[in-house]
Amino acid sequence: MEIAFYIAGVVAIISTMMTITRLNAIHALLYLVVSLLAVAVVFYILGAPFVAALEVIIYAGAIMVLFVFAVMLLNTGESDIVRERLLLSSEVWLGPSILSSVLLAEVGWLLFREPPTGAFPAAIEPKEVGIALFGPYLIGVELASMLLLAGLVGANHLGRRDPGTEETEEAENADTRARQPAAGGDLVRAGADRVTSAP
Amino acid sequence: MFALGLIGLLVRRNVIFTLMSIEIMLNAAGLAFVAAGARWGQADGQVMFLFVLAMAAAEVSVGLALVLRLYHHFRSLDTDAASRMRG
Repeated sequence: MEIAFYIAGVVAIISTMMTITRLNAIHALLYLVVSLLAVAVVFYILGAPFVAALEVIIYAGAIMVLFVFAVMLLNTGESDIVRERLLLSSEVWLGPSILSSVLLAEVGWLLFREPPTGAFPAAIEPKEVGIALFGPYLIGVELASMLLLAGLVGANHLGRRDPGTEETEEAENADTRARQPAAGGDLVRAGADRVTSAP
Repeated sequence: MFALGLIGLLVRRNVIFTLMSIEIMLNAAGLAFVAAGARWGQADGQVMFLFVLAMAAAEVSVGLALVLRLYHHFRSLDTDAASRMRG
């Protein structure tokens, strides 16, 4: 148990160091995904399986997909085919795959072994988390929902100028665009247009 | 790990790497919360991690929208290009 904890921690630290020292954004993203998975394993060992699942789903799933889409959108150029071929070369994915295979072996060993002996703290069940979340922390839940709403509206507003650049709230974006016709929405572009046509 | 994220934030001058470093720092704070909650057997650490998670999701969506906007404006991903904030 302890050795698994330390292995996962070492993998997390190594992959984080590789993340901040890579020059290419895609390579850094690969190492960042490995780092998040390692932190999820650490959570599982610490007795928080619910949080570990959320880490994998939200961080390594949603947020990383968002990052990948943004990087791909920013990298549209003439050298795409070369970069695409470069991505498939072995030294790019060798390091992340080694680290994540270490994590996979560790998870397999954790799943198919005898129950823990008690050196580590007992697992906190999702039921307790839910009771605490909707008991004394109810105002925090409401505040988080308002924060998410503000993030939604802000991202929608910032990504409105060029349609298709926002992946998070695609359905909401489409809905809003359908409701708001492009008649006079963009004040910045309207002003720029007037300046160019003035003389 | 928080220190690593901070170093990355200070060293790199790319907006994408800045955002990634912020993610690393938030993740390290959440890890500290969960570890403390597991140490004392309370569920509050995990609740706080859920809040950190929601905040990270909102932050990264707004941040990436800002990055795309910045790129379309400056054609570059350098943070120093945006240091003079004139409309």
